Amino acid sequence: MRLRILPKEEVPRMVQALMADYRVVGPKAKGPKFVFEPITDPSEIRLDYNITILPPKVALQPPQERVARINLEGEVPQPEPLIEAEPTVIFGAHTCDVHALRLLDRAFTADYPDSHYLERRRQTLVISLECLEPCDEHSFCKDMGTLTADEGYDLHLTDIGDAYTVHVGTEAGEAALEKYATTRAATDEDMRRLNEVLSAKWPRFTHRLNFDAAELPSLLATAYDHPIWAELGERCLSCGSCTNVCPTCYCFNMLDTISLTLKEALRIRRWDSCQLDEFARVAGGENFREARAARQRHRFFRKGKWLRERFDTTGCVGCGRCIRACLVNINIVEVFNTIHGSA
Amino acid sequence: MTQSSIYAPEFARLVDVRPLTELEKLFTIELPNGRSLGHDPGQFVMVSIPGVGEAPISITSSPSRSNGTFELCVRRVGDVTSALHRMEPGDYVGIRGPFGHGFPIEQMRGKDLLFAPGGLGLAPLRSLINQVLDERGSFGRVIILYGAKRPAELLFRDELEEWAARDDVEFHVTVDRGDETWDGHVGVITTLFPLITVDPRNTVAITCGPPIMYRFVIMEMLGKGIPETQIYLSLERRMKCGVGKCGHCQINDLYCCKDGPVFTYAQIKNVPEAL
Repeated sequence: MRLRILPKEEVPRMVQALMADYRVVGPKAKGPKFVFEPITDPSEIRLDYNITILPPKVALQPPQERVARINLEGEVPQPEPLIEAEPTVIFGAHTCDVHALRLLDRAFTADYPDSHYLERRRQTLVISLECLEPCDEHSFCKDMGTLTADEGYDLHLTDIGDAYTVHVGTEAGEAALEKYATTRAATDEDMRRLNEVLSAKWPRFTHRLNFDAAELPSLLATAYDHPIWAELGERCLSCGSCTNVCPTCYCFNMLDTISLTLKEALRIRRWDSCQLDEFARVAGGENFREARAARQRHRFFRKGKWLRERFDTTGCVGCGRCIRACLVNINIVEVFNTIHGSA
Repeated sequence: MTQSSIYAPEFARLVDVRPLTELEKLFTIELPNGRSLGHDPGQFVMVSIPGVGEAPISITSSPSRSNGTFELCVRRVGDVTSALHRMEPGDYVGIRGPFGHGFPIEQMRGKDLLFAPGGLGLAPLRSLINQVLDERGSFGRVIILYGAKRPAELLFRDELEEWAARDDVEFHVTVDRGDETWDGHVGVITTLFPLITVDPRNTVAITCGPPIMYRFVIMEMLGKGIPETQIYLSLERRMKCGVGKCGHCQINDLYCCKDGPVFTYAQIKNVPEAL
């Protein structure tokens, strides 16, 4: 279909209009870095951001949420599910993060649908943004096939200079564009500029893996006893930063709290990390993944093999956040290349 | 809009609490409106206490003996189980489930069954044992080899006596260390295996126990010639959701809660984190 054109000066007006009906979560500056946070003023939104500290996942699986309230006033405790969802627009997600949402969607839908995530997802519009430059030297989206996206968004923007082309991905996206934005039809000149911009972007991104990422599952299948895990185990501080910033990590803990009056209890879900010592420890004392080396291996196997095999979509989107966040410079690209080099 | 949540428990009433040993109690639980739990032997429930926490507990009662209630045999070992041990009949606990894959009882019909529970591992196996005994005619031999650390740690002593007294059950029990009350067999559970002979091709073996036990018991079962696909084990892991999402129970690429907790040895023998 013909694309729509959103002039750049219209973006703040569009964000303002969306804010009337939605929580708009977009990239904004935090010190020298960027974060996805609710936008309170359209001028905060920074579509020129490189990468955010935390992925837009925060809007769908918040770091902490209440999942149930239990009223303890009567003889029988009365549970009440809490679905903390509100109409939300994720504005300006890069395509790596869009690919990550597909993994989360599948994980939270499989077998036992998770109504908390899924209700938020149902109420969320995703407006994504084509990347024209690598975020920095740690991006390896080109290797992971996430440098662009042809699904997973409601609207997709590409910067063609003084305007964005808007590709409509869904009916909901089309309705939102109609209602909240002033756009015009793309002209032949717009299409020419779009093609120019898109062909210019690919050479700017380099391959950083020394092999085809499709080989990752079979490569890892031969690497379970690779010496690199022991080496990573020696370096890793088990801080959990890598999993906290990962757009495809969704493991969680459940906490049961009670009010001071003892009249109400809450069940709270919080992000958890397979890198923490107690993650697999049972009350009897046994820790089923006690060695840091085993926990590091677990993370890389999930990212490179197990998530892909279970959900048929990449478990790592090449955003490079875990590399930037690691305090001891554990680098997923180097890990995979090392394994490939010794295979 | 109210939606349901897989993480919101329903509250069930404790109708009986009976001490089994110093550390274990048997809880009899009734769901609202006398509804049956509808579990298979080997499945588990998530048990929660408001403000304290939630833990996965295997169901120890047989579906064939439900009477509108089910039973949990719980060792006092952590926050949730300690709080549970302080509760009394009439109190309410949160229940989610039943979850997981239990024992495939249909595939066991007509077969000889060799049960080898160790310690608290009897809890999940008792569910299957009692269902088998209630449908005794549709199974071949029933052999039970039970091991505990000390005589005082033997669970369900009244039922053990019943099994020992039946002539259609071959029952052997051992303790790692005896005492003045004990005149039975002394030694770890593997020392019971030489006492029995089996027809390996027609035998299904089932075990559950402390992590250290599996390797040795499985070695004995394989030593009897029982095929890997006919050896079932139930595994324990930390669980926070029970439905394959939270990640805590992962055994390499398997989710103990969803793909298990009952696995065949063939399924997990090449899964390094399993045993």
